[in-house]
Amino acid sequence: MTSVMLAAQTSTGEAVTFWVLAPLAVAAAVMILVSRKAVHSALWMALTMMILAVFFLLQGGVFLGVVQVVVYTGAVMMLFLFVLMLVGVDASDSLVETLRGQRVVGLLLGAGLGGLVIAGLSRVTFAESVGIGAAEEAAGGHVEAIGKSLFTQYVFPFEVVSAVLITAALGAMVLTHRERIIARKSQRELAAERFRDGVQQTPLPASGVFARHNAVDTPALLPDGTTAPSSVPEQMRRSGTVRPPGAYELSEDDSDGGDR
Amino acid sequence: MNYVYVATLLFTIGAVGVLLRRNAVVVFMCIELMLNAANLAFVTFARINGNIDGMVVAFFVMVVAAAEVVVGLAIIVTIFRTRRSASVDDPNLLRL
Repeated sequence: MTSVMLAAQTSTGEAVTFWVLAPLAVAAAVMILVSRKAVHSALWMALTMMILAVFFLLQGGVFLGVVQVVVYTGAVMMLFLFVLMLVGVDASDSLVETLRGQRVVGLLLGAGLGGLVIAGLSRVTFAESVGIGAAEEAAGGHVEAIGKSLFTQYVFPFEVVSAVLITAALGAMVLTHRERIIARKSQRELAAERFRDGVQQTPLPASGVFARHNAVDTPALLPDGTTAPSSVPEQMRRSGTVRPPGAYELSEDDSDGGDR
Repeated sequence: MNYVYVATLLFTIGAVGVLLRRNAVVVFMCIELMLNAANLAFVTFARINGNIDGMVVAFFVMVVAAAEVVVGLAIIVTIFRTRRSASVDDPNLLRL
């Protein structure tokens, strides 16, 4: 089994892939940290997760590598992007420090943590890598080995995790559910509300008397003979330049019907 | 194994991000980064020891991380709805 041998010792190809991708992963992680826009951080995060999936594949964790791509870059990062779109893409961190010296202290603490762990690791001599090939062969394959372990030795944690997932889904639904305090207005109520304040809903009447004169300074006549004030502009009404409609009344002998 | 060093670096960067960033979504991303770094260490040690258990545990970590992201982002959305902000500095209801 060549793949088993591959997973056990570090081959040249693996070393090359590692040394190409590892600096890239660390650089992408730093970019998550320093990107001011959250969307850029999310994209760098997706890159880091893809590189980690390649690392899983390189080390023989084929199942985990695929799950990493599907679950993390597929589901989790898309969820992150969805929420980012929801809370506003433009939201970028302000550079004002609310806690004095937070940045310096944070960097110092981070450097301390990293330094301590790396110093501790450098004192460790790792055993020669065994590779999971033997365990795989005993179970009859990689996925079979994981499945056998998952459903025998770890069956109780597996069930607990399923309960956690269901609880998380319910919790998300409860948290994001918005309770309506007042009932939604029906169409009838909306229409009644629209007409209640007495605002005219139809277009205003056009100016002009009996179609004989349609200049804007001549108000329209209502059926009872009075003028419609809303048919002339408000400004003209105020400045008093509205013509009386009587000037255009038809007389008995006015047969040609024109307004000369 | 060099993978463990990479995992350490990624974990440290994630921890610094949690300390420094103030956008709640980015803080969550940094937590995800730390979980991923732990996963990388699990897988590496599974390979070193020839034991499949490390991979199973990494699988569990992924599932729990997914659940955590779902609840965390729901909380962020709820806070954003009431406060119109996703910054971790703004929720100060407990301040005297």
